[in-house]
Amino acid sequence: MNLLAAAPVPRDLPLPLPVPEWLLVFCLVVFFLVHILFVNLMVGGSVLVVLLEWMGLKNKRWDALAHEVAQTITVNKSLAVVMGIGPLLCINLLYTLQWYSANALTGHAWLMIVPLVIVAFLLTYLHKYTWDTWTSGGKKTLHQLTGLGAALLFLFIPLIFLANVNLMLFPTEWEKVKGFFSSLGIGNILPRYLHFMAASLAMTGLFLAGWFGRRDSDLSHLEGFSRPELRRLFYKVCTCITLAQFLFGPLLLFTLPAAGITTAVYVIIFSGAAVGLLALQQLMAELKSPDAAIGGRYGRIVALFSVVVLGMGSGRHVYREAALAGHQAEVKERTARYAAALAEFNKGQAAKPQPAEQSAEQLFMNCAACHAPAVKLVGPPLTEIAKIYAGNPEGIVAWAKAPGKKRPELPQMPSFAHLGETSLRKIAVLMLEKAAVK
Amino acid sequence: MDFPSFYMDHLAGGRLIIGLIASLHVLINHPLAVGAYPLLTWMEWWAHKHNRPDIDRLACRITFIVFIITTTVGAMTGVGIWLSTSLFAPFAIGSLLRVFFWGWFAEWLVFISEVVLICWWFLSWRKADTAEKKRKHIKIGVALSLMSWLTMALIVAVLGFMMKPGEWNQTRAFLDAMTNPLYAPQLGFRTFFALMTAAVFIWFTAFFFTRPKVAGDDGPKRLRRWIVYRMSHVVLVSLLGVFLFGTWYWNCIPETMKANSSVALLTQEFMSWHGRFQSLLGWTIVAFVVIGIGGLSNTFTLPRWALLVPSVMGIWLLGHFERAREFMRKPWVIGEYMYSNGIHKDELAFLQSEGLLRHATYVKHREVTEANKAECGRDVFMLACSRCHSTTGLNGVIEKFTLMYGADKPWDAAGMTLFIKGMHQTRTFMPPFPGTDKEAEALVAYILQLRENPQTLRGAQSEGITFAPVAKPVEEAGR
Ligand code: HEC
Repeated sequence: MNLLAAAPVPRDLPLPLPVPEWLLVFCLVVFFLVHILFVNLMVGGSVLVVLLEWMGLKNKRWDALAHEVAQTITVNKSLAVVMGIGPLLCINLLYTLQWYSANALTGHAWLMIVPLVIVAFLLTYLHKYTWDTWTSGGKKTLHQLTGLGAALLFLFIPLIFLANVNLMLFPTEWEKVKGFFSSLGIGNILPRYLHFMAASLAMTGLFLAGWFGRRDSDLSHLEGFSRPELRRLFYKVCTCITLAQFLFGPLLLFTLPAAGITTAVYVIIFSGAAVGLLALQQLMAELKSPDAAIGGRYGRIVALFSVVVLGMGSGRHVYREAALAGHQAEVKERTARYAAALAEFNKGQAAKPQPAEQSAEQLFMNCAACHAPAVKLVGPPLTEIAKIYAGNPEGIVAWAKAPGKKRPELPQMPSFAHLGETSLRKIAVLMLEKAAVK
Repeated sequence: MDFPSFYMDHLAGGRLIIGLIASLHVLINHPLAVGAYPLLTWMEWWAHKHNRPDIDRLACRITFIVFIITTTVGAMTGVGIWLSTSLFAPFAIGSLLRVFFWGWFAEWLVFISEVVLICWWFLSWRKADTAEKKRKHIKIGVALSLMSWLTMALIVAVLGFMMKPGEWNQTRAFLDAMTNPLYAPQLGFRTFFALMTAAVFIWFTAFFFTRPKVAGDDGPKRLRRWIVYRMSHVVLVSLLGVFLFGTWYWNCIPETMKANSSVALLTQEFMSWHGRFQSLLGWTIVAFVVIGIGGLSNTFTLPRWALLVPSVMGIWLLGHFERAREFMRKPWVIGEYMYSNGIHKDELAFLQSEGLLRHATYVKHREVTEANKAECGRDVFMLACSRCHSTTGLNGVIEKFTLMYGADKPWDAAGMTLFIKGMHQTRTFMPPFPGTDKEAEALVAYILQLRENPQTLRGAQSEGITFAPVAKPVEEAGR
């Protein structure tokens, strides 16, 4: 029974999901793909900008192209952030325990996302808006370094998210994790990362082929490039990287920990890859077309890639479900057991006759933490109180309802008016008795 | 809490970080988004109507600054509130998402439209070169202003209905939150506060864009007079709103407070807050009046630094304003349902009778013995106290007990144990101790050990987790 002997089995929150589970799963897969598309364009775009600007040192026309590509990042990066909230909402609901646990275990890095993204965005703006002013000599180098800084941050930040989505899958490994960097050793993060980066570049290539290739695009800043040429260039980026994906993909698949591998995962992933082959074939055909015809298959290619991406996204989900099935079941069982015990207990409590009234001793607990028989704790000892209020319990009641401030060296005593007159009188009598015994 | 405990000891568990991120977010959101978008749209419209390209250019330049800040620090601190809460209080955010799902979802949709609109508005500004395009462009600005206001109106309602005890029918609770006596004054206060501070912000930044470049050219000077004159009007008018809504709020709040807590100590603390809020409101308004009237004058220009005074006061006032929420919440995260340490109201008695450690996951031992007392105490501290207290640092338990029991005397363990068990009656903002007597003793043993040997308590993010195997169904075995 104890397959997952080393996995902690926490209790789930005792609240039902607000919407049906299948709907959440659907939203998770779809919202996530939309989010990751913009992330791809943001990451891939900023890497391409750095490369193109560097090529631009020799030939100005690359510099102009880099500048144009940089313009697209502004919007894509903002959308990447807002569109990330939806999938986060869904994953929080579907995998509450696994997800938050992974967050906590990589906590410092998780928190660093906020400042790191802010800095990356600010650098991106700086890079974009100084393009026409930092143009030569040291300034140009500084400009390139700014772009490089942003790109490096964009390359690093996804790793934090990746570490989390990866770590949440393997509760048996949680015990080994001591901070973010040690979490990188779990599962197969490196192949996943490579696969993601390649996808970023391929998607950006495809996007830019369409962006510059659309009929009403403004190419006035891009002297030295014709529309077909731009299309071909970015198609080429997309094609080469997609070819490489046929290496990274299997690498990722075959290094996945066995925990979630099922036939369904293979079927989905391989079908996706087959459609990928079709997309590749269409891309090759585009590259071979003459200038007048290139771009004609764009719609078809985008559609094929959408299917591929949807396949990979679903495969991912099926793997996750399988990997966590055991843990989810154990969590569910423990949660139910706890809920049952709790309900049982509360029923017993309700059935018990209510304690008629609290005894004076019990009520005195309210005061005991600060007033001891003979020693000064927070407030004066009972002996001292008894001296002041001998034969006058009403005085104590009045004081406890609205304590004054007498002894400058002691803190303010809080009011106990909420206990009620009757209880306070009982306490007062007992207080004086206790002092007398001493 | 049944999650690995993220914990930053010296920052009161890390609450300070949520607070910092949230304050920064409000400080950017109110003046730079909610307040500035409508004013900048108005400037654009005015420039178009009176054919003043210089004003249009100025509005565009200020929008550039607003765009840069709101799409970086503004947006990311908003997301950051969520990311940080996921770490410090996963039980709370996890439950809130399940209970108030549609509220958050609607908020997300509005947020998306806000981001799309700001990008569209700013990035298409210079391309709107015909009268036709300009009119359309102004409409984008109007839509953006509406959306950013709506984001605020929604989030205020969402926060409001989270505090509503027990009423979880989403639509019901939502309507209740909107009709809550504090909702309208609060929203009005925020709206006018945003406009007022946005006016000062625009006024301040305009100085940088209206420097005379060529001697004798009085264009920049004329522009500066124009903006100062209009913005001081905005300041004075919204000031009236801030004053009226602020006073309304100030008058409503004691009633609401009374309904939420009847208790002395909190009331004491609250009364001093209430008094301070009033005088702060007064002084802030005086500061804004002074610069508002100063701006109307034709004979001199207020120096730039003078604008910083009311801005700082405004920030301070807003911070104070936000604290009221804290007061009303304690000791709950979700009214009458979950305490701030994640313990549910209905499991309290159960845990007090069976033991907190027995039913937890991330603990080292499940039974307190003489030998493991302090270690158990540390786990109890982590589970029951660490969401609000540090060990020896900010809001630390050592500091609190030193105030009570003295720095130079030995502390009486039995007295402390008694105090811990009855603490929620005197310190009503604290949740009741959720464990057995033995666990309270263990906690005291840990605290005493801390006092002897102050040692930072490290959270799961650096220390990792330990977990004792789940006790065999206690429920069956135990009875
Ligand atoms: C949080 C600690 C605390 C608790 C709990 C507490 N007290 Fe006190 N009490 C004090 C302090 C401090 C003083 C001294 C106040 C002063 O002299 O300014 C004090 C003083 C008193 C005095 C002396 C008044 C005088 O005239 O000198 C009485 C009587 C008293 N408390 C009664 C009670 C009763 C009854 C309760 C329980 C219902 C209670 N206290 C609970 C802290 C506490």
